[in-house]
Amino acid sequence: MGALLLAALLAASAPESTPERVVVITAKKFDFTPAAIELKVGVPVVLELHSGDRKHGFTAPDLKVDAAIEAGGVTRVRIVPDKAGTFEFHCNVFCGSGHEEMTGQIVVTP
Amino acid sequence: MRDPDGPRLFLAECRQRRSGHRGMTTKTRREFIQLLGVGGAVFASGLAGACSRNIRLPGGEAADDFFFVQLSDTHWGFKGPPNPDAANTLREAVAAVNALPHDPDFVVFTGDLTHTTDDDAERRRRMQEFKGIVGELRVKTHRFMPGEHDASLDRGKAYEENFGATHYSFDHKGVHFAVLDNVSDPAAAIGDAQLDWLHRDLTPIKPDAPIVVFTHRPLFDLYPQWDWATKDGARAIDLLQHWKNVTVFYGHIHQEHHFTTGQIAHHAAKSLIFPLPPPGSQPKRAPVPWDPAHPGRGLGFRDAATDEARANWRLTEHSVERTAMPAAARAY
Repeated sequence: MGALLLAALLAASAPESTPERVVVITAKKFDFTPAAIELKVGVPVVLELHSGDRKHGFTAPDLKVDAAIEAGGVTRVRIVPDKAGTFEFHCNVFCGSGHEEMTGQIVVTP
Repeated sequence: MRDPDGPRLFLAECRQRRSGHRGMTTKTRREFIQLLGVGGAVFASGLAGACSRNIRLPGGEAADDFFFVQLSDTHWGFKGPPNPDAANTLREAVAAVNALPHDPDFVVFTGDLTHTTDDDAERRRRMQEFKGIVGELRVKTHRFMPGEHDASLDRGKAYEENFGATHYSFDHKGVHFAVLDNVSDPAAAIGDAQLDWLHRDLTPIKPDAPIVVFTHRPLFDLYPQWDWATKDGARAIDLLQHWKNVTVFYGHIHQEHHFTTGQIAHHAAKSLIFPLPPPGSQPKRAPVPWDPAHPGRGLGFRDAATDEARANWRLTEHSVERTAMPAAARAY
Protein backbone atom coordinates (compact mmCIF):
# COMPACT_ATOMS: atom_id res chain seq x y z
CA MET A 1 0.00 0.00 0.00
CA GLY A 2 2.90 2.31 -0.53
CA ALA A 3 4.12 2.20 3.02
CA LEU A 4 7.82 2.71 3.11
CA LEU A 5 8.43 0.50 6.08
CA LEU A 6 6.73 -2.20 8.01
CA ALA A 7 6.40 -1.34 11.66
CA ALA A 8 5.09 -3.43 14.49
CA LEU A 9 5.26 -3.50 18.22
CA LEU A 10 7.62 -6.21 19.29
CA ALA A 11 6.56 -9.30 21.10
CA ALA A 12 8.21 -9.97 24.42
CA SER A 13 11.43 -10.99 22.76
CA ALA A 14 12.85 -11.65 19.32
CA PRO A 15 13.92 -15.16 18.37
CA GLU A 16 17.44 -15.79 19.58
CA SER A 17 18.42 -17.16 16.21
CA THR A 18 17.74 -13.82 14.51
CA PRO A 19 19.33 -11.14 16.60
CA GLU A 20 18.42 -7.71 15.34
CA ARG A 21 20.12 -4.43 15.72
CA VAL A 22 18.74 -2.39 18.59
CA VAL A 23 18.87 1.39 18.52
CA VAL A 24 18.33 2.95 21.92
CA ILE A 25 16.69 6.37 21.82
CA THR A 26 16.10 8.52 24.88
CA ALA A 27 13.45 11.20 24.90
CA LYS A 28 13.86 14.02 27.38
CA LYS A 29 12.52 17.54 27.31
CA PHE A 30 13.08 18.67 24.57
CA ASP A 31 15.40 16.39 22.63
CA PHE A 32 15.80 12.89 21.30
CA THR A 33 19.21 11.30 21.81
CA PRO A 34 20.34 10.41 19.25
CA ALA A 35 18.38 12.73 17.00
CA ALA A 36 19.78 11.21 13.80
CA ILE A 37 19.45 7.51 13.11
CA GLU A 38 20.92 5.69 10.13
CA LEU A 39 19.28 2.52 8.87
CA LYS A 40 19.63 0.33 5.80
CA VAL A 41 16.97 -0.82 3.42
CA GLY A 42 15.79 -4.32 4.22
CA VAL A 43 17.66 -4.60 7.51
CA PRO A 44 15.35 -5.03 10.50
CA VAL A 45 15.96 -2.84 13.52
CA VAL A 46 14.39 -2.42 16.90
CA LEU A 47 13.93 1.10 18.20
CA GLU A 48 14.12 0.93 21.98
CA LEU A 49 12.50 4.07 23.30
CA HIS A 50 13.14 5.40 26.80
CA SER A 51 11.99 8.53 28.58
CA GLY A 52 14.37 10.56 30.67
CA ASP A 53 11.67 12.50 32.46
CA ARG A 54 7.98 12.32 31.52
CA LYS A 55 5.66 10.81 28.96
CA HIS A 56 6.64 11.55 25.39
CA GLY A 57 5.65 10.29 21.99
CA PHE A 58 7.63 9.03 19.02
CA THR A 59 6.04 9.31 15.64
CA ALA A 60 7.44 9.09 12.13
CA PRO A 61 4.33 9.46 9.97
CA ASP A 62 6.09 8.59 6.72
CA LEU A 63 7.22 5.32 8.28
CA LYS A 64 3.88 4.55 9.91
CA VAL A 65 5.48 4.57 13.33
CA ASP A 66 3.51 5.99 16.26
CA ALA A 67 4.39 5.03 19.82
CA ALA A 68 4.01 6.42 23.31
CA ILE A 69 7.00 6.49 25.64
CA GLU A 70 5.87 6.25 29.25
CA ALA A 71 7.96 7.72 32.02
CA GLY A 72 10.03 4.92 33.49
CA GLY A 73 8.99 2.47 30.82
CA VAL A 74 10.47 1.11 27.62
CA THR A 75 8.72 0.92 24.28
CA ARG A 76 10.11 -1.23 21.52
CA VAL A 77 9.22 -0.75 17.88
CA ARG A 78 10.47 -3.04 15.12
CA ILE A 79 10.83 -1.63 11.65
CA VAL A 80 12.13 -2.95 8.36
CA PRO A 81 13.00 -0.14 5.99
CA ASP A 82 11.98 -0.93 2.43
CA LYS A 83 12.97 2.31 0.78
CA ALA A 84 15.78 4.83 1.06
CA GLY A 85 15.18 8.38 2.13
CA THR A 86 15.20 10.85 5.00
CA PHE A 87 12.22 10.66 7.30
CA GLU A 88 11.33 13.03 10.12
CA PHE A 89 10.22 11.95 13.55
CA HIS A 90 8.95 14.04 16.41
CA CYS A 91 7.36 13.92 19.84
CA ASN A 92 3.59 13.87 19.51
CA VAL A 93 2.69 14.03 23.19
CA PHE A 94 2.73 17.67 24.16
CA CYS A 95 5.45 18.09 26.77
CA GLY A 96 6.08 21.81 27.21
CA SER A 97 7.49 24.97 25.74
CA GLY A 98 10.09 23.19 23.61
CA HIS A 99 7.79 20.45 22.38
CA GLU A 100 7.64 21.78 18.85
CA GLU A 101 11.42 21.52 18.51
CA MET A 102 11.62 17.93 19.74
CA THR A 103 12.39 16.32 16.41
CA GLY A 104 14.85 14.04 14.67
CA GLN A 105 15.58 12.22 11.43
CA ILE A 106 15.83 8.64 10.27
CA VAL A 107 18.08 8.32 7.26
CA VAL A 108 17.63 5.08 5.34
CA THR A 109 20.40 4.22 2.91
CA PRO A 110 20.34 1.60 0.13
CA MET B 1 -7.29 43.52 -8.26
CA ARG B 2 -6.46 45.40 -5.10
CA ASP B 3 -7.70 48.84 -4.35
CA PRO B 4 -4.63 51.07 -3.85
CA ASP B 5 -6.65 53.28 -1.54
CA GLY B 6 -7.74 50.35 0.60
CA PRO B 7 -5.40 50.83 3.55
CA ARG B 8 -5.97 54.56 3.67
CA LEU B 9 -9.71 54.17 3.50
CA PHE B 10 -9.72 51.41 6.09
CA LEU B 11 -7.75 53.46 8.57
CA ALA B 12 -9.83 56.53 7.87
CA GLU B 13 -12.96 54.59 8.53
CA CYS B 14 -11.56 53.24 11.78
CA ARG B 15 -10.89 56.78 12.87
CA GLN B 16 -14.40 57.79 11.90
CA ARG B 17 -15.76 54.86 13.83
CA ARG B 18 -13.85 55.87 16.92
CA SER B 19 -14.98 59.46 16.60
CA GLY B 20 -18.56 58.43 16.08
CA HIS B 21 -18.78 59.62 12.48
CA ARG B 22 -19.15 57.48 9.42
CA GLY B 23 -18.09 58.90 6.15
CA MET B 24 -18.76 58.09 2.55
CA THR B 25 -16.41 55.10 2.63
CA THR B 26 -18.89 53.02 4.61
CA LYS B 27 -20.63 50.49 2.42
CA THR B 28 -23.72 48.50 3.13
CA ARG B 29 -23.53 44.75 3.40
CA ARG B 30 -25.28 44.48 0.03
CA GLU B 31 -22.72 46.79 -1.56
CA PHE B 32 -19.97 44.72 -0.05
CA ILE B 33 -21.40 41.53 -1.51
CA GLN B 34 -21.64 43.23 -4.89
CA LEU B 35 -17.98 44.17 -4.65
CA LEU B 36 -17.12 40.52 -4.18
CA GLY B 37 -18.38 39.89 -7.67
CA VAL B 38 -16.08 42.32 -9.42
CA GLY B 39 -12.70 41.70 -7.90
CA GLY B 40 -10.67 38.87 -6.44
CA ALA B 41 -9.84 40.76 -3.29
CA VAL B 42 -11.95 43.35 -1.59
CA PHE B 43 -10.88 45.51 1.30
CA ALA B 44 -12.68 45.53 4.58
CA SER B 45 -13.74 49.13 4.72
CA GLY B 46 -17.20 48.09 3.71
CA LEU B 47 -17.35 44.92 5.75
CA ALA B 48 -20.58 44.18 7.56
CA GLY B 49 -22.38 47.21 6.34
CA ALA B 50 -24.92 49.33 8.06
CA CYS B 51 -27.96 47.42 6.85
CA SER B 52 -28.91 44.40 8.91
CA ARG B 53 -31.52 42.46 7.01
CA ASN B 54 -34.08 40.05 8.25
CA ILE B 55 -33.74 36.71 6.54
CA ARG B 56 -35.83 33.56 6.56
CA LEU B 57 -34.16 30.40 7.79
CA PRO B 58 -34.96 26.89 6.52
CA GLY B 59 -37.09 26.28 9.60
CA GLY B 60 -39.22 29.29 8.78
CA GLU B 61 -38.08 31.56 11.57
CA ALA B 62 -36.64 34.98 10.76
CA ALA B 63 -33.21 35.97 11.93
CA ASP B 64 -30.81 38.84 11.43
CA ASP B 65 -27.79 38.39 9.25
CA PHE B 66 -24.62 38.28 11.32
CA PHE B 67 -20.90 37.77 11.39
CA PHE B 68 -18.38 36.70 14.01
CA VAL B 69 -14.68 37.37 14.46
CA GLN B 70 -12.11 34.60 14.91
CA LEU B 71 -8.92 35.29 16.85
CA SER B 72 -6.45 32.46 17.23
CA ASP B 73 -3.17 31.45 18.77
CA THR B 74 -2.55 34.57 20.79
CA HIS B 75 0.02 32.74 22.97
CA TRP B 76 -0.14 35.32 25.73
CA GLY B 77 3.08 35.07 27.76
CA PHE B 78 5.30 34.17 24.82
CA LYS B 79 8.67 35.87 24.73
CA GLY B 80 11.22 35.39 21.99
CA PRO B 81 12.73 36.63 18.74
CA PRO B 82 9.81 35.46 16.56
CA ASN B 83 7.79 38.31 18.08
CA PRO B 84 9.73 40.92 20.04
CA ASP B 85 6.51 42.91 20.31
CA ALA B 86 4.53 40.06 21.88
CA ALA B 87 3.44 42.21 24.81
CA ASN B 88 1.49 44.45 22.45
CA THR B 89 0.20 42.23 19.64
CA LEU B 90 -2.90 40.98 21.43
CA ARG B 91 -3.80 44.47 22.58
CA GLU B 92 -3.43 45.72 19.02
CA ALA B 93 -5.71 42.97 17.78
CA VAL B 94 -8.31 43.91 20.37
CA ALA B 95 -8.09 47.52 19.24
CA ALA B 96 -8.41 46.45 15.61
CA VAL B 97 -11.55 44.44 16.35
CA ASN B 98 -12.97 47.38 18.27
CA ALA B 99 -12.18 49.57 15.26
CA LEU B 100 -14.15 47.45 12.79
CA PRO B 101 -16.87 49.48 11.16
CA HIS B 102 -19.49 47.27 12.77
CA ASP B 103 -19.45 44.95 15.73
CA PRO B 104 -19.54 41.19 15.27
CA ASP B 105 -22.15 39.19 17.14
CA PHE B 106 -19.39 37.41 19.02
CA VAL B 107 -15.66 36.80 19.08
CA VAL B 108 -14.29 33.26 19.12
CA PHE B 109 -10.76 32.37 20.22
CA THR B 110 -9.67 29.08 18.66
CA GLY B 111 -7.09 28.01 21.20
CA ASP B 112 -3.57 28.66 22.43
CA LEU B 113 -4.85 31.67 24.28
CA THR B 114 -1.70 31.50 26.39
CA HIS B 115 1.80 30.20 25.81
CA THR B 116 2.57 27.10 27.80
CA THR B 117 4.55 27.04 31.01
CA ASP B 118 5.46 24.27 33.44
CA ASP B 119 4.57 26.62 36.33
CA ASP B 120 0.92 26.11 37.24
CA ALA B 121 0.69 29.48 38.97
CA GLU B 122 2.21 31.24 36.01
CA ARG B 123 -0.23 29.46 33.67
CA ARG B 124 -3.14 30.79 35.69
CA ARG B 125 -1.60 34.24 35.83
CA ARG B 126 -1.29 34.31 32.04
CA MET B 127 -4.89 33.24 31.67
CA GLN B 128 -6.01 36.01 34.00
CA GLU B 129 -3.98 38.57 32.06
CA PHE B 130 -5.40 37.29 28.82
CA LYS B 131 -8.93 37.64 30.15
CA GLY B 132 -8.19 41.18 31.24
CA ILE B 133 -6.94 42.16 27.80
CA VAL B 134 -9.74 40.58 25.79
CA GLY B 135 -12.15 42.08 28.29
CA GLU B 136 -11.41 45.34 26.49
CA LEU B 137 -13.27 44.08 23.44
CA ARG B 138 -16.37 46.14 22.92
CA VAL B 139 -18.25 42.98 22.00
CA LYS B 140 -18.84 41.13 25.22
CA THR B 141 -19.89 37.73 23.90
CA HIS B 142 -16.71 35.62 23.74
CA ARG B 143 -16.37 31.94 22.92
CA PHE B 144 -13.21 30.21 24.07
CA MET B 145 -11.54 26.86 23.59
CA PRO B 146 -8.13 25.60 24.60
CA GLY B 147 -5.07 24.90 22.54
CA GLU B 148 -2.38 22.45 23.60
CA HIS B 149 -0.43 25.31 25.15
CA ASP B 150 -3.37 26.04 27.45
CA ALA B 151 -4.47 22.57 28.36
CA SER B 152 -2.15 19.71 27.48
CA LEU B 153 0.12 19.85 30.52
CA ASP B 154 -2.69 19.69 33.09
CA ARG B 155 -5.44 18.16 30.93
CA GLY B 156 -7.37 21.40 30.91
CA LYS B 157 -7.57 22.00 34.66
CA ALA B 158 -6.42 25.62 34.71
CA TYR B 159 -8.31 26.34 31.51
CA GLU B 160 -11.59 25.07 32.97
CA GLU B 161 -11.06 27.15 36.10
CA ASN B 162 -10.71 30.26 34.02
CA PHE B 163 -12.85 29.70 30.93
CA GLY B 164 -15.23 26.83 31.65
CA ALA B 165 -15.88 23.69 29.66
CA THR B 166 -13.40 22.70 26.97
CA HIS B 167 -16.14 21.38 24.68
CA TYR B 168 -19.70 22.60 24.36
CA SER B 169 -22.26 23.75 21.84
CA PHE B 170 -24.54 26.71 21.34
CA ASP B 171 -27.00 28.03 18.82
CA HIS B 172 -26.95 31.45 17.28
CA LYS B 173 -29.42 32.84 14.75
CA GLY B 174 -30.14 29.52 13.12
CA VAL B 175 -26.60 28.13 13.15
CA HIS B 176 -25.55 25.32 15.46
CA PHE B 177 -22.01 25.74 16.79
CA ALA B 178 -20.03 22.87 18.33
CA VAL B 179 -16.73 23.43 20.07
CA LEU B 180 -14.41 20.42 20.09
CA ASP B 181 -11.44 19.89 22.40
CA ASN B 182 -8.59 18.05 20.68
CA VAL B 183 -5.85 19.25 23.01
CA SER B 184 -6.61 18.39 26.63
CA ASP B 185 -5.35 14.92 25.79
CA PRO B 186 -1.65 15.64 25.23
CA ALA B 187 -1.64 13.00 22.51
CA ALA B 188 -4.08 15.18 20.53
CA ALA B 189 -7.09 12.90 20.60
CA ILE B 190 -10.72 13.93 20.91
CA GLY B 191 -11.56 10.70 22.65
CA ASP B 192 -14.53 8.35 22.76
CA ALA B 193 -16.48 10.28 25.37
CA GLN B 194 -16.37 13.55 23.50
CA LEU B 195 -17.14 11.91 20.18
CA ASP B 196 -20.16 10.28 21.79
CA TRP B 197 -21.19 13.68 23.11
CA LEU B 198 -20.82 15.18 19.64
CA HIS B 199 -23.02 12.47 18.18
CA ARG B 200 -25.70 13.09 20.81
CA ASP B 201 -25.39 16.84 20.36
CA LEU B 202 -25.87 16.70 16.60
CA THR B 203 -28.52 14.01 16.46
CA PRO B 204 -31.43 16.49 16.80
CA ILE B 205 -29.98 18.74 14.10
CA LYS B 206 -31.63 18.49 10.70
CA PRO B 207 -29.41 17.09 7.94
CA ASP B 208 -29.41 20.35 5.98
CA ALA B 209 -29.08 22.69 8.96
CA PRO B 210 -25.98 24.90 9.13
CA ILE B 211 -23.36 23.63 11.56
CA VAL B 212 -20.08 25.26 12.50
CA VAL B 213 -17.34 23.43 14.37
CA PHE B 214 -14.71 25.35 16.26
CA THR B 215 -11.57 23.50 17.27
CA HIS B 216 -7.87 24.08 17.70
CA ARG B 217 -6.05 21.46 15.67
CA PRO B 218 -7.01 20.48 12.16
CA LEU B 219 -9.41 17.57 12.22
CA PHE B 220 -7.91 16.21 9.03
CA ASP B 221 -4.31 15.13 8.42
CA LEU B 222 -3.01 18.44 7.15
CA TYR B 223 0.64 17.59 7.77
CA PRO B 224 1.20 14.99 10.48
CA GLN B 225 4.97 15.32 10.00
CA TRP B 226 4.60 18.66 11.82
CA ASP B 227 1.97 17.45 14.24
CA TRP B 228 -0.74 19.24 12.25
CA ALA B 229 -3.44 16.66 12.76
CA THR B 230 -5.82 15.21 15.33
CA LYS B 231 -5.20 11.60 16.24
CA ASP B 232 -8.85 10.59 15.90
CA GLY B 233 -9.96 13.53 13.79
CA ALA B 234 -11.11 11.19 11.02
CA ARG B 235 -13.78 9.84 13.36
CA ALA B 236 -15.12 13.35 13.91
CA ILE B 237 -15.12 14.02 10.18
CA ASP B 238 -16.89 10.72 9.48
CA LEU B 239 -19.56 11.74 11.95
CA LEU B 240 -19.91 15.28 10.59
CA GLN B 241 -20.27 13.97 7.05
CA HIS B 242 -23.84 13.00 7.90
CA TRP B 243 -24.75 16.70 7.80
CA LYS B 244 -24.69 18.58 4.53
CA ASN B 245 -23.67 22.05 5.69
CA VAL B 246 -20.70 21.83 8.03
CA THR B 247 -17.87 24.34 8.27
CA VAL B 248 -14.85 23.97 10.55
CA PHE B 249 -12.83 26.91 11.83
CA TYR B 250 -9.57 26.12 13.56
CA GLY B 251 -6.12 27.48 14.49
CA HIS B 252 -2.86 25.78 15.51
CA ILE B 253 -0.99 26.20 12.21
CA HIS B 254 -0.54 29.99 12.48
CA GLN B 255 -1.57 30.77 8.93
CA GLU B 256 -4.60 31.06 6.73
CA HIS B 257 -5.43 27.74 5.11
CA HIS B 258 -8.51 26.33 3.36
CA PHE B 259 -9.29 22.71 2.65
CA THR B 260 -12.27 20.47 2.08
CA THR B 261 -12.96 16.91 3.11
CA GLY B 262 -16.06 15.73 1.32
CA GLN B 263 -18.56 18.55 1.69
CA ILE B 264 -16.91 19.92 4.84
CA ALA B 265 -14.89 23.12 4.54
CA HIS B 266 -11.98 23.62 6.94
CA HIS B 267 -10.57 27.13 7.48
CA ALA B 268 -7.43 27.80 9.53
CA ALA B 269 -6.80 31.28 10.88
CA LYS B 270 -3.65 33.32 11.20
CA SER B 271 -2.10 33.61 14.62
CA LEU B 272 -1.49 36.69 16.72
CA ILE B 273 2.01 35.80 17.85
CA PHE B 274 4.13 34.56 14.91
CA PRO B 275 3.41 32.96 11.54
CA LEU B 276 4.51 29.45 10.66
CA PRO B 277 5.59 28.36 7.18
CA PRO B 278 3.26 26.53 4.80
CA PRO B 279 3.02 22.81 5.54
CA GLY B 280 6.08 20.92 4.35
CA SER B 281 7.63 23.98 2.75
CA GLN B 282 10.87 23.62 4.70
CA PRO B 283 12.54 20.88 6.71
CA LYS B 284 11.65 22.23 10.14
CA ARG B 285 8.46 23.68 11.53
CA ALA B 286 10.09 26.91 12.70
CA PRO B 287 8.46 30.32 13.06
CA VAL B 288 8.80 32.74 10.18
CA PRO B 289 11.46 35.21 11.37
CA TRP B 290 10.28 38.59 12.61
CA ASP B 291 10.78 41.29 10.04
CA PRO B 292 11.51 44.62 11.74
CA ALA B 293 10.68 46.41 8.49
CA HIS B 294 7.19 44.90 8.63
CA PRO B 295 6.19 44.41 12.27
CA GLY B 296 3.29 42.05 12.56
CA ARG B 297 3.61 40.64 9.06
CA GLY B 298 1.70 37.40 8.74
CA LEU B 299 -0.37 38.06 11.86
CA GLY B 300 -4.05 38.79 11.82
CA PHE B 301 -7.59 37.70 12.43
CA ARG B 302 -10.67 37.09 10.36
CA ASP B 303 -14.34 37.68 10.34
CA ALA B 304 -16.89 35.27 8.94
CA ALA B 305 -20.28 36.36 7.72
CA THR B 306 -23.17 34.18 6.67
CA ASP B 307 -24.97 34.45 3.41
CA GLU B 308 -28.73 34.58 3.37
CA ALA B 309 -29.21 30.83 3.35
CA ARG B 310 -26.54 30.18 5.99
CA ALA B 311 -25.05 27.83 3.40
CA ASN B 312 -21.78 29.70 2.88
CA TRP B 313 -19.40 31.82 4.84
CA ARG B 314 -17.74 34.92 3.51
CA LEU B 315 -14.35 35.26 5.17
CA THR B 316 -12.44 38.48 5.50
CA GLU B 317 -8.83 38.35 6.59
CA HIS B 318 -7.55 41.31 8.61
CA SER B 319 -3.86 42.01 9.05
CA VAL B 320 -2.32 43.59 12.10
CA GLU B 321 0.86 44.44 10.23
CA ARG B 322 1.91 47.95 11.09
CA THR B 323 2.13 48.92 7.47
CA ALA B 324 -1.62 48.33 7.42
CA MET B 325 -2.00 45.66 4.80
CA PRO B 326 -5.62 45.79 3.83
CA ALA B 327 -8.07 43.06 4.62
CA ALA B 328 -9.18 40.80 1.84
CA ALA B 329 -12.51 39.06 1.56
CA ARG B 330 -13.46 35.88 -0.20
CA ALA B 331 -16.57 33.80 -0.30
CA TYR B 332 -16.55 30.10 0.47
